[in-house]
Amino acid sequence: MNNKPHIVVIGGGSTGCGIARDLAMRGLEVTLVEQGNLTHGTTGRMHGLLHSGGRYAVADQIAAEECIDENRILRDIASHCVEMTGGLFVKRPEDTEEYFQKKLEGCKECNIPAEVLSAEEAREIEPYLARDIDKAIKVPDGAIDPFRLCVANAASAEEHGARIETHAPVVDILKEDGEVVGVEVEHETGPGKRVHREPGTREEIHADYVVNATGAWAGRIGEMAGLEQEIAVRPGKGVMTIMNTRQVDTVVNRCKPKGDADIVVPHETTAILGTTDVEVDDPEDYPEEQWEVDLMIDTLSELVPILKEARTIRSFWGVRPLYEPPDTGTSDSTDITRRYFLLDHENRDNVKGMTSIVGGKFTTYRLMAEEISDHVCEKFGIDAECETADVPLPGSEDFTILDDYMEQYGIRSPIGRRSTQRLGSRTDEVLDIDGPNPTVCECEAVTRAEIKDGIEGSGSDLNAVRLRTRASMGNCQGAFCCHRMAAELYDEYDEPIAYDAWDELYQERWKGERHALWGTQLSQAALKYSLHATTMNRDKDAATTDAVVDFAAFDSGTAAGAAGGAAGTAATDGGRTGDD
Amino acid sequence: MAIREDVIVIGGGLAGSVAAIEAAETGASVRLVTYKKSTLRHASGLIDVLGYNGSDDPIADPFAALDELPDDHPYSVAGEAAVRDGLDRFDEIVGDSYQGGHTDTNALIPTFSGAVKPTARYPAGAAAGIASDDRPMLVVGFEAMTEYNGAMVADHLEAAGVPFDVEGVECSFPGEYVNDSRVTRFAKRLEINENVDYDGQLMGAREALAAEIEPHVGDAQRVGLPAFLGDDHTDEVRTDLERHLGVDVFEIPMGPPSYPGIRLSDHLKDAVDAAGVRISAGNPVVGFEADDSEIQSVTVDSKGREVPYHAEEFILATGGLVGKGIDSDREEGVNEPIFDCHIPHPEDRYDWFDEQAFGDQPFAHFGVRVDETMRPLDADDAPEFDNLRAAGGVIGGGDTVAEKSQSGVSLATAVVAGERAGEQAAKHEVHQ
Repeated sequence: MNNKPHIVVIGGGSTGCGIARDLAMRGLEVTLVEQGNLTHGTTGRMHGLLHSGGRYAVADQIAAEECIDENRILRDIASHCVEMTGGLFVKRPEDTEEYFQKKLEGCKECNIPAEVLSAEEAREIEPYLARDIDKAIKVPDGAIDPFRLCVANAASAEEHGARIETHAPVVDILKEDGEVVGVEVEHETGPGKRVHREPGTREEIHADYVVNATGAWAGRIGEMAGLEQEIAVRPGKGVMTIMNTRQVDTVVNRCKPKGDADIVVPHETTAILGTTDVEVDDPEDYPEEQWEVDLMIDTLSELVPILKEARTIRSFWGVRPLYEPPDTGTSDSTDITRRYFLLDHENRDNVKGMTSIVGGKFTTYRLMAEEISDHVCEKFGIDAECETADVPLPGSEDFTILDDYMEQYGIRSPIGRRSTQRLGSRTDEVLDIDGPNPTVCECEAVTRAEIKDGIEGSGSDLNAVRLRTRASMGNCQGAFCCHRMAAELYDEYDEPIAYDAWDELYQERWKGERHALWGTQLSQAALKYSLHATTMNRDKDAATTDAVVDFAAFDSGTAAGAAGGAAGTAATDGGRTGDD
Repeated sequence: MAIREDVIVIGGGLAGSVAAIEAAETGASVRLVTYKKSTLRHASGLIDVLGYNGSDDPIADPFAALDELPDDHPYSVAGEAAVRDGLDRFDEIVGDSYQGGHTDTNALIPTFSGAVKPTARYPAGAAAGIASDDRPMLVVGFEAMTEYNGAMVADHLEAAGVPFDVEGVECSFPGEYVNDSRVTRFAKRLEINENVDYDGQLMGAREALAAEIEPHVGDAQRVGLPAFLGDDHTDEVRTDLERHLGVDVFEIPMGPPSYPGIRLSDHLKDAVDAAGVRISAGNPVVGFEADDSEIQSVTVDSKGREVPYHAEEFILATGGLVGKGIDSDREEGVNEPIFDCHIPHPEDRYDWFDEQAFGDQPFAHFGVRVDETMRPLDADDAPEFDNLRAAGGVIGGGDTVAEKSQSGVSLATAVVAGERAGEQAAKHEVHQ
């Protein structure tokens, strides 16, 4: 088959990356375009919960069943992205017994393993649960790293011949005779990996079919395609607050119908509190408010009281790409279904050549990808099996963690363990570098080798390196490693690029840190400010500001003075006095 | 036995140490109460007085710029004479180990970020790096260290338009070491001149390091290295390297752990000792007893036992947000934890920061406001106590980080607080 259909997938979140992988594995030619980094949209802004389906077991059983099936598959194909922490639905005295029983029955109806625990049994698992809880239901919730998962999907797609273009926002949908025939993108820094200071270019990418997997941004693509009927995505913002440590090792849910601030997810070295649900007009421009952060801490400390006094390191907001079919008219956005919908614009809008996938959840990304890939293959009469449920992602191939990795690569064991967990079956390939492999990010135990691997994968974009490696995501929020990460760029990229990337990373970290500025974290932020502004003088750096520096007006040292006032006389004792 | 002194100073950083010495000079008996190790040990060791005021252009003469500061700035309150007295006291304490005292003019010193920074006093070991000197420079970084890349720093200095040729290089640090060795490991090796195997020969680490650098020196007349040239014997390490290389060697100020900061901290401790100041280290001040407007004693938590320390005068030198001399709470706002001195701050937590990381940060201004004798003021601008004075980072009113004025503010406020406290203590005694 010489003429493989070429499919353009718009959107580099979990769904888009999943579709790109699926279609590429089925032998189609695929180009994925993403406006920012992979996970730039909602995928990169979620709490990292691998749903058991328990949360939907009462209100949305179809979604719940999909969750538990996909939960089992991801544990298998994405083992290096998943930590099976288990989850609890905790009932407080003020929560109804009726709902507790409904939750339990719902789980059973959806084949979600569920077990009732007494308060004592629940506290044996999670000692910091409040003293006055009634009981809990234990379910197989887990934690998943959305960045690692997306990158692994994209890497797999590339292995199967796909082209992945990040930082390439779609500026137009190309149409001929009313049919979608491709997209026009604006490469922020030219095609390929993002490299600061390279000029932007535009490119028309022609396609046999276009898949719109842009989540909360789907409506914009719809507009560009000139669809008569709006794609009515209803973006709902939600806050997530990151704690300095894992106050819990199990996903802790509040067992009540719905509400804000009802979940704590342990994630790597942190715990993430979530969330709120407020409908917004624009997925990129909405207020990030103090009350939302306060609500997380105040409400969730009813479940886990130590959260009240604990240190938060940052907060971030995500936008759910909720969708409801026209004329449903749900007034409260928290009631909108979490299911996904496939909109074939040929049937819906009489525009051939494009399908949108909207709604859905991160946990079921693979299933959504499978369904839309089936749909695309059917368009072209291709009979190819979906393999994504069985073939492990890069990093999750058959792999046994070898203790001697640490010795082999000369890494102290806690650091080696963290690296191995992140890299999975890629450990060998990544850690085997020439020369010393010092630790770059101490909070998250990231060594030079991982940083270099991240740079290889994502160009000079240190925020993308951060997402791949977790460097700068720990307690100090990059105070001690933003500059080190920039220094790792230098070999491959020149000085202005490294400093641009450094400044961009530093500012991105501040964006979330500022929501956690009280107590210890304000002290930490002041230390970071002191290190980067007082010690390094990066805030007034003459090389990157418009400063006018008259070097001759400043002290030129005593050695030069002694030699007659002219700086630059080659006195061998330089500026030293009195030390020999 | 009850502890009773003329003056008690709380906090053993730059401000606390200098205030204690200043008070002791007046003849008062002084006790310095310190809890944790000073944040000075994390600082670069440079003594900044005033590098910027609003604009991005560095200030060449900090004294000429003092007039332009706002009225509630600590410098405006303390006055120019205090700034000069503070520096004089500093020069006296550190002697030859620092330079810059020969002129009022700031020096521009390259930092490990590659940016140059205006500063008033710099360690002798950093002197050859001065940026207003046109001798060619080599910046050396090490593959095993992640703090900076030598060639990247050199390129950045060039981008700032420095008046000298500058090259950079990444070298290997001689000898065996594990992958996650810290800067302290390398410093120690140079300090004790540990024997290492270099190029098949056994030699001292200093000689080996020089041999590693030597092929890259070229036309350079000065070589910059991370600030890790030993600890107590840093002059010896530097002189040895200079002898082997035949050019000047200088240290580039670094972040924590900072040897120049540690050396300065050690130096101050010696000076405090020499001034006859008693030191109580390792226990926090947790409260105080006061009569009306006079503090009678502070309460020191000595391993669970609360011990009152009595004095005529007290100096609060506990530092700012970093040193925890100022604390904050999500619901209660910003506070000074020992005496609950008034800290002006916006009520809304979201007014504590600017959206730009290097914007004008309100939190950087947090601190007590003081009168001209350094007494912290309450919300009505009246002294909180008659016999409490503040010095250093606990005093707010200026963004000492953006201004590069942190050390200068510490010195100026410390000499005023120390001298006043000493004098007042003597008066109290006369009256009694």
